[in-house]
Amino acid sequence: MNPLQTNTLYPVQNSIGDMVREIFPASAVYINGFITIISLLMLVSLLPVFLIWLERKVAAHFQARLGPMRVGYHGLLQSTADGLKLIFKEILKPEGADTFVFFLAPILPATATFLVMTILPFDHHMQVADPAGGVIYVIGISGLSILGILLAGWASNNKYSLLGAMRSGAQMISFEISLALIMLLIVMVTGTASLREIVLSQQGTILDWWIFKLPVLGSIAFIMYMISSTAELNRAPFDISEAESELTGGFATEYSGISFAMFFFAEFVNMFVSAGIATTLFFGGFLAPQIGIGFLDSVLDFLPGFFWFFLKTFLIIFLYMWFRWTFPRLRVDQLMYLEWKMLLPANILLLMVGGVFLALGWIL
Amino acid sequence: MESYTMIGFSVFLGAIFVGGAILISKMLAFRSPAGQRKVQPYECSEDPIGGARIRFKVAFYIFALLFLLFDIESLFLFPCMKIFKAVVTQQAGNISLSVLFTELFVFVFILFFGLVYAWRKGVLTWE
Repeated sequence: MNPLQTNTLYPVQNSIGDMVREIFPASAVYINGFITIISLLMLVSLLPVFLIWLERKVAAHFQARLGPMRVGYHGLLQSTADGLKLIFKEILKPEGADTFVFFLAPILPATATFLVMTILPFDHHMQVADPAGGVIYVIGISGLSILGILLAGWASNNKYSLLGAMRSGAQMISFEISLALIMLLIVMVTGTASLREIVLSQQGTILDWWIFKLPVLGSIAFIMYMISSTAELNRAPFDISEAESELTGGFATEYSGISFAMFFFAEFVNMFVSAGIATTLFFGGFLAPQIGIGFLDSVLDFLPGFFWFFLKTFLIIFLYMWFRWTFPRLRVDQLMYLEWKMLLPANILLLMVGGVFLALGWIL
Repeated sequence: MESYTMIGFSVFLGAIFVGGAILISKMLAFRSPAGQRKVQPYECSEDPIGGARIRFKVAFYIFALLFLLFDIESLFLFPCMKIFKAVVTQQAGNISLSVLFTELFVFVFILFFGLVYAWRKGVLTWE
């Protein structure tokens, strides 16, 4: 297999991109960028529809029932119908709410998740932007969704919202640290922070993916990534911010109609983004899972990179859904204990051990 | 640089997309006549008692401060991590690995000491 190039002038390289480059050579960069961003927006608006259906189906089958079956084939159009219903619902604003902040809050998380998606490498040439500090960009932008949740809780003029937002903010900022430190481990061993170059550093067989290439550390780091990202996503077993029995709806209690849909949308796209970053960092992103047997490898290579990216990402998403139906919910004090007294020291230790391994030349 | 231009475009288009969806929904949405009960903040159908901007646990604030500390730490660690491999493989010019490693160790040790201090002070325990 020929090693893929690390530097290319244009991020988009397909027949449409080539055609645009022929017709408008001067402004091709901008037109191509526009096309990629629009297609990504389409993907982003379809993803939550599919993911909500998948979530409900997976949940149903874990409990030995069927889930949505009526609308479309096996309920495929159920979440489209729900979305349409939400668009036609009135947006209520409670008395005493801060109007501007109340309507700004749902825009922030939805936009932020979309912005993180722009740098996910779907394929070798299928990426809107590839900044050199991609990992730092991911850490920074995902902080914006916390801001949206805090604003929503504060603006709603509702006690449940405020408490839910504070809890969820405390939880998300806590776990964000360990997420950042795990990403730094990968930056350390690859020597680059651009997500595409991180993927390209894992070329070869399955054993060259970072989860296996780092002796022991890789799998520990992956497990810690899964724990922290599940908490960051506010998903069960870490869903104290939306614990229905205590806080009604958490920060989204007062939201209705499309504003509520935006929070939901952000939540599901965020799940995809987290799984996509896990794929990029640990599972070789768009690279085919080669096993070192010539014939099979060429068959696997024949499939396009985005197929492998989506396959791996959806497997990790399935893992998130599996967690939800396996583990009981943690209390808030247990959650803080887990992060500050277990994950954070373990993370710092992991980083140091990784440094020692690298200095000794065990990982190269 | 081109990447950042694209990100700028995405900020613009993403905000328009999300804001536009909300605006369209506002135009299409059904409206029912307003009333006292409709705009009341939800408190399980009771009349709300007092304002909602209540005082809350100070522990949230302390965790936010700790978060700031460790988030800045990860940001400061970042350049060090970025060049680490280049230093090990001696492609980064004149930087000695032992100096880099000592610096890294001292920096992380001070922060770890901060964590231990917070732990001993008992602020990491949620009551």
